[in-house]
Amino acid sequence: MTTTTTSTPAVRMPVAWARAALHAGCLAALLVMLYPLAWLLATSLKPADEVIASLDLLPGRLEWSNYETALEGVNDISVGRLLGNSLLIAGGAVVGNVLSCSLAAYAFARLRFRFRGPLFAFMIATIMLPHHAVLIPQYIIFNQLGMVNTYWPLILPKFLATEAFFVFLIVQFMRGLPRELEEAARIDGCGPFRSFLLVILPLTRPALITTAIFTFIWTWNDFFTQLIYLFSPEKFTLTLALRSFVDASSTSAFGPMFAMSVIALLPIVLFFLAFQRFLVEGMANSGIKG
Amino acid sequence: MTTAQMPKAAPAPEAAAVRKPPRRRREGAAWVFLSPWVLGACVLTLLPMAVSLYLSFTDYDLFNSPNWVGLRNYTQMFTEDPRYWRSVVATLTYVVIAVPLQLALALIVALALKNMKRGKGFYRSAFYAPSLLGASMSIALVWRAIFNDGGTIDNLFGTGGWVFKPGWALLAVALLTVWQFGAPMVIFLAGLQQIPGELYEAAEVDGAGRWRQFLSITVPMLSPVIFFNLVLQTIQAFQVFTPAFAISAGKGGPADSTLFYTLYLYDRGFVASHMGYASAMAWVLLIVIGVVTAVLFRTSRSWVFYASEGDR
Repeated sequence: MTTTTTSTPAVRMPVAWARAALHAGCLAALLVMLYPLAWLLATSLKPADEVIASLDLLPGRLEWSNYETALEGVNDISVGRLLGNSLLIAGGAVVGNVLSCSLAAYAFARLRFRFRGPLFAFMIATIMLPHHAVLIPQYIIFNQLGMVNTYWPLILPKFLATEAFFVFLIVQFMRGLPRELEEAARIDGCGPFRSFLLVILPLTRPALITTAIFTFIWTWNDFFTQLIYLFSPEKFTLTLALRSFVDASSTSAFGPMFAMSVIALLPIVLFFLAFQRFLVEGMANSGIKG
Repeated sequence: MTTAQMPKAAPAPEAAAVRKPPRRRREGAAWVFLSPWVLGACVLTLLPMAVSLYLSFTDYDLFNSPNWVGLRNYTQMFTEDPRYWRSVVATLTYVVIAVPLQLALALIVALALKNMKRGKGFYRSAFYAPSLLGASMSIALVWRAIFNDGGTIDNLFGTGGWVFKPGWALLAVALLTVWQFGAPMVIFLAGLQQIPGELYEAAEVDGAGRWRQFLSITVPMLSPVIFFNLVLQTIQAFQVFTPAFAISAGKGGPADSTLFYTLYLYDRGFVASHMGYASAMAWVLLIVIGVVTAVLFRTSRSWVFYASEGDR
């Protein structure tokens, strides 16, 4: 779009300049922000001697063997296995969150029951509850159940709608759907279960996709819970495997370590590129309709 | 929150008769839908909170049964444990530095993008990306390397590795948080777009300058969103763990300067097996976050402006 035709060139010039300056500023900021990612990619391809000796961002020659070393994994556990473990946990969490949060959200958004107001307020309050307040007893419970060092403590809570943020997100979305649709379904003889399954759920798809992607990324990035619950190397995730590099002081392992970091970030980057609209919109809506 | 709307007056007696049984059934159905959440809220939230309150008055190592010690964990924490206070100082310093910086940057970028005609969507997504990546171990390791001896910052400014300097290490962690300004920025941008353009037009007619418009229109109209971001980011900042763990190699160093509260809680509970002590720490954190949130809500009455109060 151009500026209004009535303005004289003398007025239009500063606007164009201001716009150019704005773009220049944004691009400069973007470069600074993307620097850590560029650094990561470059270092993952640097030979060991260049990591310390060379100050250039770009590697002098590409050391693809860093990736071969990285693929061998850590503690004799291959990256394939680690990746599979990470995917299993994230996948389970996605299924759990989408199922349990949409069920609870439907009740809060559309059904009437006793104590709905107080329970809704309680649900909102748990969004702000620090995880650490429940962490230790949860650990004790899972310990009593013999589930420590299994994936259950990481997946089971998601099937019980413990991530209230997503319940809230879906409630907000469902409230925007026209009630007439369910009225019509009810007249056609649909009970709450069928109208949930056949009418509401398909329409809620954007919110469910947002829930699924955020759950995936957050679970993928999660470190604390995994650190506490998993200790056999064969059950490790990519994040936990990377953790064993934290203590390593020598920079000689830099290449393979950051090659593995790239591999660990890849799923998030792909998800971001594929679903950025859902992610950005989902984040935007979380603050506005609240 | 909207209260449940009563259905419109039933058009015919039969219709009401048809509607009544489903409504009673719906109450039951509601609990079926809610059952996973209710189970989770009871078993994984309320029960653990009660248990951790109990454990905070005990000495417990996971293997032997808890041993009641009264308030000893709390008195030890507040009067005999210098590391505890260092963790409190580190966490508060970090929150006070990182959250305002992050939100200010988010707001500035959102304002810059607001009226952009071309490229807005691109910048919005690109600036948002670090918010998704920043919590990962991969980026935390990158951060450690960049701020290490011989890392980028050392080479550029000759400052040496921040990672090994008390004070500077904390700033490195804070900068990682600031780097993730995209999430609040996206929320700010959405809020800015909801401010009616007529307000600015009217102000322009009245001769208000840019700065005046910002102070008198943008800030008050955006204040609910600023408040939302402030509460959310503050609560999240209190719980930061991964970057501190990675940058300090899991130890909270140098000189406990990045010993964040959660890091020390992990150390006490899961490394040293003082579950009672860690539970007491968790409850203090819960109360502090509750108080901070309450204070934010209390002060919000004087500066947060809800347009819907008047004209909706």
